[in-house]
Amino acid sequence: MGLNISGNSTIRKAAGKGVGFNREKLVELLLAMCAAISILAIILITVFIFAKGFPLIFKTGLSDFLLEMKWSPSRGSFGIATMFIGSIIITLLSLLWAVPLSITVAIFMAEVAPRRVGKILGSLVELLAGIPSVIYGFFGLIVIVPFIRDHLGGNGLSVLAGAMVLGVMILPTIINISRDSILAVPGEYKEGSLALGASHYQSIRRVILPAARSGIITAVVLGMGRAIGETMAVVMVTGNSTIIPDGPLSPVRTMTSNIVLEMGYAVGDHQAALFATGAVLFIFIVILNLMLTIAAKDGYNASK
Amino acid sequence: MQANNIQEKILTFVFWFSAFIIVGILLTIIFYIMYRGFSAIDLNFILQAPRHAGREGGISTTIVGTVYLTLVSLIIAVPLGVGAAIYLEEYASRKSKFAYLVNLTAETLAGVPSIVFGLFGFVFFVIFLQMGWSMLSGGMTMAIMILPTITRTSQEAILSVPHDYRENSLAVGASKWQTIHRIVLPSAVPGIVTGIILSIGRTVGETAALILTAGSSLGMPLNLMEPARTMSVHLYILAMEGISMERAFGTAFLIIILIVIINYMANLSLRKLSQAKS
Repeated sequence: MGLNISGNSTIRKAAGKGVGFNREKLVELLLAMCAAISILAIILITVFIFAKGFPLIFKTGLSDFLLEMKWSPSRGSFGIATMFIGSIIITLLSLLWAVPLSITVAIFMAEVAPRRVGKILGSLVELLAGIPSVIYGFFGLIVIVPFIRDHLGGNGLSVLAGAMVLGVMILPTIINISRDSILAVPGEYKEGSLALGASHYQSIRRVILPAARSGIITAVVLGMGRAIGETMAVVMVTGNSTIIPDGPLSPVRTMTSNIVLEMGYAVGDHQAALFATGAVLFIFIVILNLMLTIAAKDGYNASK
Repeated sequence: MQANNIQEKILTFVFWFSAFIIVGILLTIIFYIMYRGFSAIDLNFILQAPRHAGREGGISTTIVGTVYLTLVSLIIAVPLGVGAAIYLEEYASRKSKFAYLVNLTAETLAGVPSIVFGLFGFVFFVIFLQMGWSMLSGGMTMAIMILPTITRTSQEAILSVPHDYRENSLAVGASKWQTIHRIVLPSAVPGIVTGIILSIGRTVGETAALILTAGSSLGMPLNLMEPARTMSVHLYILAMEGISMERAFGTAFLIIILIVIINYMANLSLRKLSQAKS
């Protein structure tokens, strides 16, 4: 496929001979094919994951698959309710602390911090975003889990540990997108508010934040998508029991953890059930993204 | 007025304090792992193959596996991503339904969790195309994952090429493709490089998708059809199965160093990119 960016000398010669038109068309076609890969990939992912997972959902019934608490593959019961609830609980708990902190930092970077500080903070947040999830999971396992075990009780592998690690992981997503949307608020808004005698902080609260609201909501939704889909960091710190957690110190297993833990040896219906779990996750994320993209597009068109 | 002043002071404190928390979290993670990992690192750790499932020896085969997988995914994704970017910016009209669909799917791809890519890679490359757990399966899966990044950074760079350049080139009789090849592509290089650097970071850190597609064999990977274990996968297995915490720290140390370097380079090239734009 490297043809499209190399092989130019022949094209140039051909163009010189006056048959360039066809070559030009060929190049355009090749480039269009490159662009089509994204579409193809989404189609293939959808088709293959659904083909592998859906037969099992039809066999057990959608409601049994989603609502049945019992996950015991060796006895043929495939209910992902405990893991579905596990994913939701951990995600919500991580959002609970990460969202306020992220938005505060985003406002700080965009409006309050001296330019230099904002810049440095920006590159540190980039670094935070670049650290792989397995490193977060490892850090959670060796620092957060023992801390919870020693100071709060239980064995440390818990909902709480998962929510803490996951929260750190979604900080950069929420901070970056919120900051950008705050920076995108036209300067006149703030100047107008200041001219009317409002203080800087009053302007932030009454004028800038409301104007940046849709961007901040996007940031939170994307952070949520990231949290639901995260695997490695969570699987290393949550203990992975297939039970409904009865408190923050109880272990929990998420949908993603279940896939990565059992794919290695799953066969037959068991494997299909893991694909069905992946399909549920995929549908969830795609709907989330489509909603955001289309909303953003509409907003863009409306503002034109 | 007095109350307002106090309120403002408290708010200022909250802002600075929140920023300190973020910085504190980041530095704690990095320095704790570097501190604990430093003692595990020596030349043998890097050069020796793992023995006894990683309990002894070094991690050389996982370093080789990481490099191979990164190269395979880049070789596949860079031409495709750059090609897609050229098409979107130079050929497709603003209102084209096709271009809209490409952008929409690329954005969707960027949001898909890596475990889903792993499932797809497993059922499509490993099983359906019968490539088995191999560097080729893993590399192709990674290629799809990094494609949106490379496309986006290349698009940015192409956008930064002034319109006059293209018009001048066309005016002196160059064909459209000649113009793109001679004028647009060279200017897009900083964007492409940025995409490559970010993609390397992604592949180095990826775990979930690669466990399911490249396998976790500890042997030295010799050709594309053999399975391989990357450093991140190795760290996961060492830590989760409690094989060797010392070696897990050593591996985490190397990953962190790599990520910090990659991040620094990405910053440099992003700065170049935005300079080119202005």
